[in-house]
Amino acid sequence: MAPRPLKILAVCCVAALALIGAAWADPPPTDAQIIHVLNRMAFGPTQADVAHVEAIGIDRYIDEQLHPDKIAESAELTTRLAGLGTLKLDPVQLFNEYGPIFPAMNGGVKPTPEEQKARRQRANIIVQQAQDARIWRALYSKRQLQEVMIDFWFNHFNIFAGKGLDHLWVGRYEADAIRPYALGHFRDLLLATAHSPAMLFYLDNQLNTAPGSPGAKGDATGINENYAREIMELHTLGVDGGYTQNDVIALAHILTGWTLNRGNLRLGGRDATWFDPARHDFTEKTFLGRTIEPSGEQEGVQAIGMLAASPATARHIAFQLAQYFVADNPPKSLVDKLAQRFQSTDGDIAAVLKTLLTSREFRDSAGQKYKTPFVYVVSAARAAGVEVNNPRPLIGTMARLGEGLYQCQTPDGYKNTEDTWLSPDATTLRIGFATALGRGNLPVKNPPPEQPAAAPAMAGPQMQQQPQLVSDQPGQPKPEQPKPQPLDPAPIEALLGPTLSDNTKTAVTEAPDNLKAALVLGSPDFMRR
Amino acid sequence: MNRRDLLALAGSAALAPMLGPIRTARADAGAPRLIVVMLRGAVDGLNVVVPYNDQAYYESRPTIAIQKPGADNGAVQLDGRFGLHPALAGLMPLWNEKKLAFIHAAGSPDPNRSHFDAQQYIENGTPGRQATADGWMNRTLAALPGTRTPTDALSVGPVLPFILRGPISVANLPLGPNAAQPMAIDQPQVASAFDKLYSGTDRQSLAYRQGREARTELVADMAGDEEQKMANNGAPPANTFPAMANRLAGLMTKDPHIRLAFAALGEWDTHVNQGAHDGQLAVRLRPLGDGLAALASGLGPLWNDTVVVVISEFGRTVHENGNRGTDHGHGNVIWLAGGGVNGGKVYGDWPGLATAQLYQGRDLAVTTDYRHVLATVLKRHMHLPDATMAKIFPGMPAPKGNLGQILSA
Repeated sequence: MAPRPLKILAVCCVAALALIGAAWADPPPTDAQIIHVLNRMAFGPTQADVAHVEAIGIDRYIDEQLHPDKIAESAELTTRLAGLGTLKLDPVQLFNEYGPIFPAMNGGVKPTPEEQKARRQRANIIVQQAQDARIWRALYSKRQLQEVMIDFWFNHFNIFAGKGLDHLWVGRYEADAIRPYALGHFRDLLLATAHSPAMLFYLDNQLNTAPGSPGAKGDATGINENYAREIMELHTLGVDGGYTQNDVIALAHILTGWTLNRGNLRLGGRDATWFDPARHDFTEKTFLGRTIEPSGEQEGVQAIGMLAASPATARHIAFQLAQYFVADNPPKSLVDKLAQRFQSTDGDIAAVLKTLLTSREFRDSAGQKYKTPFVYVVSAARAAGVEVNNPRPLIGTMARLGEGLYQCQTPDGYKNTEDTWLSPDATTLRIGFATALGRGNLPVKNPPPEQPAAAPAMAGPQMQQQPQLVSDQPGQPKPEQPKPQPLDPAPIEALLGPTLSDNTKTAVTEAPDNLKAALVLGSPDFMRR
Repeated sequence: MNRRDLLALAGSAALAPMLGPIRTARADAGAPRLIVVMLRGAVDGLNVVVPYNDQAYYESRPTIAIQKPGADNGAVQLDGRFGLHPALAGLMPLWNEKKLAFIHAAGSPDPNRSHFDAQQYIENGTPGRQATADGWMNRTLAALPGTRTPTDALSVGPVLPFILRGPISVANLPLGPNAAQPMAIDQPQVASAFDKLYSGTDRQSLAYRQGREARTELVADMAGDEEQKMANNGAPPANTFPAMANRLAGLMTKDPHIRLAFAALGEWDTHVNQGAHDGQLAVRLRPLGDGLAALASGLGPLWNDTVVVVISEFGRTVHENGNRGTDHGHGNVIWLAGGGVNGGKVYGDWPGLATAQLYQGRDLAVTTDYRHVLATVLKRHMHLPDATMAKIFPGMPAPKGNLGQILSA
């Protein structure tokens, strides 16, 4: 029983440490702690990343990752991405080069349906390259936390590549509206998505028009509430965030005229979107209890600002971050802390993440999350240390598991809870993938052929897609592939050792040599993080 | 995973692993089966079951209308009002045997014309409500009597569809060119190694064992199947339905546990160059009809216990568009086939095609809510109690008419 003054001093020291956020400071981090941190802040451990965190400690690693612009990106990754030509085109260029054929581009002749179909097939390369880029970044980027946040925010602000023109713009949406703001201020991120052609198309705001306005014509003649509803229900306040149907209607009216710039798109102008005053409702609105004076585009900026600043938004985002990073049912203490931080920093995502990553709740949550298909296949490839020149087997496996990249049809995006992803079929498929990878049968080493045989990206809900099944058939000769070599299990076991149970270790010891790596990568331990 | 599954598996975990499929002596003979075939992309119902006596039909579709029965390439007469698309002539034996029926002007009351939203509303059973976390077929599975087994419900296709998503496990079988492809877990060496890893009572171990059981049953069911060789040579996706139907019929015959099955077919979104008696729609209808006929013959005596429902997320515009096609509409036709169907009739409350009778002045109206059709099948054919309908289709309004006569039982 320590005397009172000493106790108070001890309490003050701990409090002081907590305030300066050196929550991980004391001893050098254990291997288990390092793996836990890399499982959540990155797409799982690699030997290089473990050594790095060991050298600088977890607190410095957190601060490093919260400032991605200061991290020099891997030259090898940059080279890989440079080879993806469509990534460099802006939305207008993508529309001109890969979008529908208009008579004006075709010598005044209307294209035949066969020509339009061929054009659409040719555009498949855009989604393919966006998928390749996302996999390569998740595998090899040094800015791992930024890539993790892109997974988080893309699902939060989901768009579907299979809807109409969105197949042209998914990559650009990620690059322009998500990546630059992923660790910045939430309001900037929200506004960027609201200005993006991909989102305005996906949630139909490009049709949203004041009835009877001078610009009302064609399929844009009335109010479309889709975006107004989803921006409140999904992107900001949350379904219980306290807005009414009248607020949905009001916001829809406020956002009339936020649309695609069809002139620019067709004629190669600069911006794919604009505010069209001819389609805007210039009456006064009441939104969330406030009067919105008619002024044009500023009304929408004001309304979006109100949404970003709402305490309901802070709670909603806090919950989702806590669920993504800590547990399917996150502790209320953590959610409250994050919501407070969100509000007090005016939605500074990096600041909120700092609070999260240095929290006791985060530290104590190892193994509580079941990996999503995306995290599972990427973390397996990272742990295996394989060189992935052909990302298609990983992309195909993700699709087969139900989390195809850019293929989530509904605006709420992919979930990250165990209930969503754990199933008998999923377990069998993951084991198939792990076995193929572990036995050296996954064809990731050789670059994919130049002309893919079939359109890998879904062309829309009407196409029944059969994604590439990972085949683990040692008997089938593949002329171009090198003879399959099982992976050496020793470095993988050494890397993941602290997270493997005794039962797993024993089973691996008793297994035939060519199955050991497969067992580790397909173990129940490795499916969790 | 629900408590019943957990208890069932805790018991079976004690059994020596995977001696082969265990056909329990449950009263499976005579147990009702339901197969749902979803046509994704909004099939043009007006050209499937053709209202050949409505002059408005011909006035609205100068190039894509199906001619009257008796004319060259005309519709096959069903009754005094409707005819069947000639590409579906293969279904006429079923119609004449009174095992095929249609409910016209049926569908979802929700006005949404977005493919993915509308499909979601057919699959989640709650039109207009996105937040429903599971599909109505999974809720049906929960309501079926008896203990669940791994292959009670079978989904055919690459990914488990939302209609079957939910707490009860469902077996998923990829049919088509990749279907017969063995999986790693089929190899005994791999299986026994992983069995040790997943030997616990935690959720992951239970899921693993259920997956193993389902896979073992399905592999045994498919063994020695001539179709396997065909599938390996790669049938083109557009025509997979007859092969799919043959395989499904074979599986259901061998595995009495399968009570619910689901398959989806795509490529119905005929905005451009739809064609009439031939062309894009016809070319897709033909294998669909052939596949349904194959199901009927392949199921043999099981056909008497089976009902097949064919449904699409919405119909298409009455008027053809400027591209000799049709755009997204509203009302469609629901197809019913099976031993228990009171067939040889076109049911529903036909609203007509005059402009004043159209939905929003452009589409066939919906006069029968799709949920009422499904609920009738679930109550009268699957023998589910009335009280379960509120769980399977929460918020479903009371039906206006009585659909009881669509089934003969």
